[in-house]
Amino acid sequence: MRVVARGLGVRHAARRSWALAGVDLVVEPGERILLTGASGTGKSTLLAALAGILDAEGTELTGELTVDGGPPRAARARLGLLAQDPDSQLVMTRAGDDVAFGLENAGLPAEEIWPRVEEALAAVGFLHGLDRATQALSGGEKQRLVLAGALARRPGLLLLDEPTAQLDPAGAALVRSAVARATADRAATVVVVDHDAEPWLPLVDRVVEVLAGGLVEHGAGWRPQPRTAGLQLAPAPDGPVLLTAQAVGFAYRGSPVPALPPTTAVLRGGRVLAVTGRNGTGKSTLALLLAGLRAPTSGRVRASADLTGTVRRAYDEPHRWRAGELVSRIGTVFQHPEQQFLTGRLRDELAVGPLRSGQHATAARATADALLERLGLSAFADANPYTLSGGQQRRLSVATALATAPRVLVLDEPTFGQDAATWREVVTLLAEQRAQGCAVAVVTHDADLVEVLADDRLALGAP
Amino acid sequence: MTASLSLGPVPGARLGRINPVAQLAAMGVVTLVLLTSLDAVTPTVVVAAELCLLPAAGLADLRDLWRRTWPLALGATSVGLVNVLLSDDATALTGVGLGLRVVGLALPGVLLVASTDPVRLADALTIHWRLSTRFAFGALAALRLVPLLVAEFESVRLARRTRGVEAGRNPVAQARLIGGIAFTLLVGAVRRGSRLATAMDARGFDSGIPRTNARGSRLHPRDAAFTAGAVLVCALAVTLSVRTGAWSPIFVG
Repeated sequence: MRVVARGLGVRHAARRSWALAGVDLVVEPGERILLTGASGTGKSTLLAALAGILDAEGTELTGELTVDGGPPRAARARLGLLAQDPDSQLVMTRAGDDVAFGLENAGLPAEEIWPRVEEALAAVGFLHGLDRATQALSGGEKQRLVLAGALARRPGLLLLDEPTAQLDPAGAALVRSAVARATADRAATVVVVDHDAEPWLPLVDRVVEVLAGGLVEHGAGWRPQPRTAGLQLAPAPDGPVLLTAQAVGFAYRGSPVPALPPTTAVLRGGRVLAVTGRNGTGKSTLALLLAGLRAPTSGRVRASADLTGTVRRAYDEPHRWRAGELVSRIGTVFQHPEQQFLTGRLRDELAVGPLRSGQHATAARATADALLERLGLSAFADANPYTLSGGQQRRLSVATALATAPRVLVLDEPTFGQDAATWREVVTLLAEQRAQGCAVAVVTHDADLVEVLADDRLALGAP
Repeated sequence: MTASLSLGPVPGARLGRINPVAQLAAMGVVTLVLLTSLDAVTPTVVVAAELCLLPAAGLADLRDLWRRTWPLALGATSVGLVNVLLSDDATALTGVGLGLRVVGLALPGVLLVASTDPVRLADALTIHWRLSTRFAFGALAALRLVPLLVAEFESVRLARRTRGVEAGRNPVAQARLIGGIAFTLLVGAVRRGSRLATAMDARGFDSGIPRTNARGSRLHPRDAAFTAGAVLVCALAVTLSVRTGAWSPIFVG
């Protein structure tokens, strides 16, 4: 299907600025194109417009956008969509049924459905049988299944909206190879949206960058600037040992396999420990133990006297500390920032930690304002955290952990799915904390992050 | 707080071979009889028959059974106790009868959930009983999100501790904390639900074309036999109850 945009502009309901302006683009049938650019430039808005799923009420459209000569909404029956979150795209309990779902909706007779299901599953390289439970699949496998579900409908236009943003590197590679394989016949026009351009380059014919003022087409041989380029990180002197995990392990009650086999780790002031390993090796569990959020089922996590300070009854195991004691000693950043938000305004959000750790309201407010300034979020001081972009939410969640100036920081995948600008911002923030004598533990799949920041490395699940 | 509740079908349960609409019809008969009788004999017979079906639903293991039914056991016991303790003329026997009624009403649901893949249930309801596909498959998709919500509850609770928010032993603070967590989960669920709706829309769900069904749903003689069995058990229960003089239907004085 042929896509044509001329002078396209989109403004969301109740917003003053245009999410997208002056977009001119022609994509020929069978072409594969990558739309890249920093987060917040309107890539996803453009994709939603193409899919005909822009919220109709209050969204203002100017210019022209057609799919095969008509409005996108009319081309819906020939559209395939693969979005970010693997868990909110599957409908059925078994793999085969899920691929069949879209064909049933199209009113195909049952005897025509199953051959097409088999064909689509083969096209994406899905190796499990039709009866495989969808719940038991990994994120990458789920995305592959969603892709098969889209392909079974034989779409003329396939839209991929950051399909690997929530996957580990192995899962992401799986999805890209499935896309390459399934679209090799050029039956569909393919539009990929991703801020991380590099891995898609071998797969696409054209690369178009979405900028605030419009689109820029990159020539053949273009490569994005590496996000580590010119990064200057502050060095730090070694400090004292602050937290030690001695052969800590964790097993859920009734589970024969431990979530984390006995592991030893030392967190020292002025150093960053990177914890790596495949999914299911217990990385996130180790983070919860170090952060004092769960009690280990074997071994001990011990805080040094330096870190423990004036804790009630001088407990040296962080999981015994009260939340108000924990918050000023160990700061934790979860993988999904929105799970940590507590208030309706950014300024209040940053003041929560300081208030809970016993600071006065004026001091807490001053801390919050200073952090907003530092992160370039002052303009949003009164905005609701949920309304921020993904990158802004990530920066905010790191800032909330820093607000109480804890001496230990524990972060779970802090750079997951972030664009280059946010990535550099987060890395710089962490290096600053290290330079001030903080001990930092980062659980991550991100090889660049480990490369530029790690002083110590711990690979879980390695033989 | 952390007692886990298992849901979802047990793979390979023999009861799963009975069509879900036949199971629902049987459930209807049992419900009608139990709701109209107030004695202890009727529910005893019905519950005994239902217990016989547990192995066929793959619930022969007691521990597994407990994981699925502990809220039910708790509910039935409290209904019985409350009635005995708070009512002037209720005897222990009335209490047992009331508790058994709750069990008898709920067990068919436990059996259905344990033996039947929800997709087959949706298939059967839309094919045999002409339930709207929009409703049936919409509900099915929403059902998939429930286990995610359970997992998320724990991580939101931990996330609050990292922000210095914890209830300790104060029940008021605990209620507030759980309220806050529920709100965060709700916001997440609404967002995920709307993403799911978009994904289903993109695959042509509810687009005005009459939907076909790839799996189909057939009714066999065994399905009629199953429902007839339920009628028979209920008849037996009522007969026994009348013969023993225990029978006291709800609509008589």
